[in-house]
Amino acid sequence: MSAEIAQRLKTKAWTRPSVRARIVLAIGPATVLAGIVWALAQPWRLTILSPDGQGFWWLFSEPPLYVVAVGILFRLVVAPGLVEDLER
Amino acid sequence: MIVARIMPRAEMVHWWFAAGFLMLGLLLVAELVVGSEVWAQRPWRRYLWPGLLFTMGVLMWPVMTFYTNSTIHTVAHGSWAQALMLAGAAELGLARGKLHSQYWRLATSFALVVSGTALLVHEQQHWLFARAAFLHHALGWTLIVGSVFPLLQALRPRSLTAAAGFATTVLATAVLLFCDRDVAPILGHLSQYAGAPHR
Repeated sequence: MSAEIAQRLKTKAWTRPSVRARIVLAIGPATVLAGIVWALAQPWRLTILSPDGQGFWWLFSEPPLYVVAVGILFRLVVAPGLVEDLER
Repeated sequence: MIVARIMPRAEMVHWWFAAGFLMLGLLLVAELVVGSEVWAQRPWRRYLWPGLLFTMGVLMWPVMTFYTNSTIHTVAHGSWAQALMLAGAAELGLARGKLHSQYWRLATSFALVVSGTALLVHEQQHWLFARAAFLHHALGWTLIVGSVFPLLQALRPRSLTAAAGFATTVLATAVLLFCDRDVAPILGHLSQYAGAPHR
């Protein structure tokens, strides 16, 4: 490995993300956490916990899990590119 | 009868739209945090939330077709569909650069006023009739008050307060839609005419 590449990697490893980048990175996990807290507070909103006698739509409709899914989607699809552009 | 049995319940559709509004709110918050210049660096990102808004408008048409059982409901849902599509199309035009005037943002404000009014007009029960009635009133007034923010954005495009207010309005809409349950008490009250509570 050349000294130049090693130096660049070292610099990259030591660069702390800015406050804005950290906020963007936190949006997704915060949303996931909100979904989990909601699921714990109102477990009856999760039909999957007592699936007996439930039809397809009731098993498909799990609002707290929708919140979790939106958070994950944001974190995986939107946040990485946004942070990359922000830090450029 | 068979169609009614295989169709999802109205409240489930509210939850799906709530997920859409939640994503819309997160995108608006992210744009607010990074600034519009960084947000616009990748072309696909510019179209994200206007596209989502437009798509939700398109998806309102099947909701209007399959879930309305009176003229006022049909008109209300149809007006939502048109207003969301208009707002989404105007924002897409701005993102693409086909539209230049900042006053096209008034389309979003108009959409919120139309949606809020439609929510209030088509809900004929009082606030405490049941949770769905309460949420229709709450949503209606949230959208009408929230319409001030895109109006401000049209007048002052760089206003952080306006952008934050708009994002908050969208997130509040998502929360209220997630709270919707067809027949459930609100603040400990449920009208005897509302029907049997469930879930």
